[in-house]
Amino acid sequence: MLTLTVNGRPHRVDADPATPLLYVLRNDLGLNGAKFGCGLGQCGACTVMVDGHAVFACLVPISVLPGRDVMTIEGLGSEEDPSPLQHAFVEEQAAQCGYCIAGMIMRAQALLEHNPSPSEEEIRRHMSPNLCRCGTHMRILRAIKRASQGTRFADADSEKRVVR
Amino acid sequence: MRRRIEPAVTRRHVLVGGGALIVSFALAPSSRLLAQDAGAAGPVPADPPLPGGLKMASNLDAWIRIDKTGAITVFTGKAELGQGIKTALRQVAAEELMVDFEHINLVTADTARTPNEGYTAGSHSMQDSGTAILNATAQVRELLIAAAASRLGVPVAQLSVRNGVVAAADGRSLGYAELASDEALGVTAKARSKLRDPTAYTVIGRSIERVDIPAKVTGGSAYLQDLRLPGMVHARVVRPPAYGARLAALDSGPVAAMPGIVKVVRDGSYLAVIAEQEFQAVAAMASLAAAAEWGGGAKLPSQSEIYPYLQSLPAQDDVILDRRQPMPAAERTLEVEYRRPFQLHGSIGPSCAIAQYADDALTVWTHSQGVFPLRKALAQLVNLAPDKVHCMHVEGSGCYGHNGADDAAADAALIAMAFPGPPVRVQWMREQEHMFEPFGPVMIANVRASLASDGTVVDWQYEVRSNTHSTRPGGAGDLMPSWFLAKPLAPTTPKPIPQPEGGGDRNAIPLYSFPNARVVHHFVPSMPLRVSALRSLGAYMNIFAIESFVDELAAAAGLDPVAFRLAHLDDARARDVVRTAAERFGWSNPAVLPRRHGKGFAFARYKNLAAYAAIAAEVAVEHETGAVRVLRVVAAVDSGQAVNPDGIRNQIEGGIVQSTSWTLHEAVTFEADRITSVDWSGYPILRFPAVPGSIEVHVIDRPGEPYLGTGEAAQGPTAAALANAVADATKTRLRELPLTRQRIKAAIGI
Repeated sequence: MLTLTVNGRPHRVDADPATPLLYVLRNDLGLNGAKFGCGLGQCGACTVMVDGHAVFACLVPISVLPGRDVMTIEGLGSEEDPSPLQHAFVEEQAAQCGYCIAGMIMRAQALLEHNPSPSEEEIRRHMSPNLCRCGTHMRILRAIKRASQGTRFADADSEKRVVR
Repeated sequence: MRRRIEPAVTRRHVLVGGGALIVSFALAPSSRLLAQDAGAAGPVPADPPLPGGLKMASNLDAWIRIDKTGAITVFTGKAELGQGIKTALRQVAAEELMVDFEHINLVTADTARTPNEGYTAGSHSMQDSGTAILNATAQVRELLIAAAASRLGVPVAQLSVRNGVVAAADGRSLGYAELASDEALGVTAKARSKLRDPTAYTVIGRSIERVDIPAKVTGGSAYLQDLRLPGMVHARVVRPPAYGARLAALDSGPVAAMPGIVKVVRDGSYLAVIAEQEFQAVAAMASLAAAAEWGGGAKLPSQSEIYPYLQSLPAQDDVILDRRQPMPAAERTLEVEYRRPFQLHGSIGPSCAIAQYADDALTVWTHSQGVFPLRKALAQLVNLAPDKVHCMHVEGSGCYGHNGADDAAADAALIAMAFPGPPVRVQWMREQEHMFEPFGPVMIANVRASLASDGTVVDWQYEVRSNTHSTRPGGAGDLMPSWFLAKPLAPTTPKPIPQPEGGGDRNAIPLYSFPNARVVHHFVPSMPLRVSALRSLGAYMNIFAIESFVDELAAAAGLDPVAFRLAHLDDARARDVVRTAAERFGWSNPAVLPRRHGKGFAFARYKNLAAYAAIAAEVAVEHETGAVRVLRVVAAVDSGQAVNPDGIRNQIEGGIVQSTSWTLHEAVTFEADRITSVDWSGYPILRFPAVPGSIEVHVIDRPGEPYLGTGEAAQGPTAAALANAVADATKTRLRELPLTRQRIKAAIGI
């Protein structure tokens, strides 16, 4: 038995200590946000935050997590009360299939907590580990910019609000 | 004669007066949304076909039901694949029923509940299901108004409708719930509908936020992968290391003794393991894979010789265009070859399914594109009557064509049949998805064209060579897991997809007015690697080839590529997208681009019958590395009546990014005995630092015109616009995809 702190609450988990965090989050704690994508740390669909840093939940075993704070997208906000970043993703309609989006939001959250006003280049570089196959990247970038503080970026899609 | 993979060889839609909404209609014959062919000239036929998907299910109550509480439910046989139809189809229904968007419930593809609309593919969702729902809901509204007229004793013309309530001028009113009865809606649809006037639309044409996004950004239950059914167990499959390998020996004893293992399932070379916990199944899968000894397997052709190999295979030739007109003298002739490798769907979430065999019936939760065809194939696979198999679509990861979804459903079905009772959830591993999904096929296009002295194209000869672009089930033998059974099943014999949509020859016929043109499709039945439908099928390659070559011809004629296209383009809507993209891009801006920058343009109408798309791109090529940076992309799209303009933009933006990835980076790799691109390091795709600097999408709305499928419209034009921009930047033409930095560096000679 291990005790994991997930979204600010302790959870007693009865699983093999070698079990990757992803399986415990999804199956033992019933959390949907982190997704299985590759199990190899190559796509970021499973991204969560541990002590404020973005990590691949598919790789990190639960044995190293007691005493650390795990944050998943469920800890950020809800449909009724979304966090600023989640709200920005809705505003920008930044999803197609959306399978990668929870991981995208968690990686972006980790960036904004350390650097509230990242440049375009900093955002792109920081988001590099996470893959999207639907090609929603431009909207994801806009959503992160929208949620970031004090920085105005040229809106490549300003046309959007004009043409209906 | 080389050996090939065994299964391949033999057998593939107000007038505001005194605050009330007055019903405003466009009467039927003038309504162009009536049917896809209504725009055609000529006399109106006596008995036109039913519009859109109504042809597949003609009873109105197959599409719409209104219960005693007034709840309105709309049924579609199409599936949400991330393209946003759960929102757009609700908009269409809300518009014609004249109710708020929020009042429409929608049920998607389910063999027990919805019309059978075949596959959700080919950018057909709005064209088929959207048109069916537009007409069905309009006819239902008219039936309800007629019922109100009868009950209130008031002529229809004196009734108004607002928010699902039909009201007379004296204030008496009846709600839809009171008017709807089984008899009222249990009637056959008519070919003609009294559709609302598009100028009065209040729901269609608005960029309503998608209904599925809030759950997707908050960790709500949004996917098949998130279903946790009572008593559910977890399974993993073990695949052979190569196509066609057979399981020679296996001692599964140690695995069966591992913690949480419920059962090892083996049927011939088909191998799977069931566990109480998911990670137990993963661990057991790895142990089983290590214990299994495999023999045999197909020998694959050499990757470096794949194009000559494709040329060497027997082909069925079909002349799909032979246009001959008197021709001015040709001054010069150009002849070139273009190539496209095998490419992956590469959904971010590997395929997944849940099946439960209980009470002699099989229930399957799947992200398949076609629950009805899947039901038929699964029934055959597990030897059950089709009415004993229930397939329900639940969203999965993005789809982009025939990926592993159907096969994963087959895995779940086979394993559930071997372990009756609880629901069995199967999810593939990344390597299994990359190796065993059906790839987009390798293709070759040979093209020769002649120019007259005035720079017009007087002759066009185009030949495209390709495997099939659909190995969808079909029969049980098209489900890959069936190939490993003790009694293996054989895939359906591959067949070309006929024109006008086509498969390998999709968009092989140019939309340009060339006086002489001949287009031949060389259909190659035998397949060295497993292939099927990848978003846009052959259109990606054919548009890449045609639009690259049009630029080569324009250059040879010394003409501007956009002006050259317009000189050969008669279709007014085609000309509009070309001009809009060029203007918004600033194509004719006389300022000279920086050194090693280039601009490129391309156009196509998807399938020559769906959405029109024109794309302009600016790239910069790094001289030292050959790397391409895509600086900006501007697109114009005409999808007919735009139901949800932001939904259209989202699809086009996504298509541009995805096709940029295909075009600059992607090729499946293989060696003699195996597929080697089995993860994201072996098959790199576009990452954030390399996505375009900006993408603008301009939607040209066409109120009242038929919906034109949009989901795949950007794939081909993006490829050619990038290739043309790279050629402009490097003064060197690359004709083999992908346009990797290595190839570019080699071509520019440093």
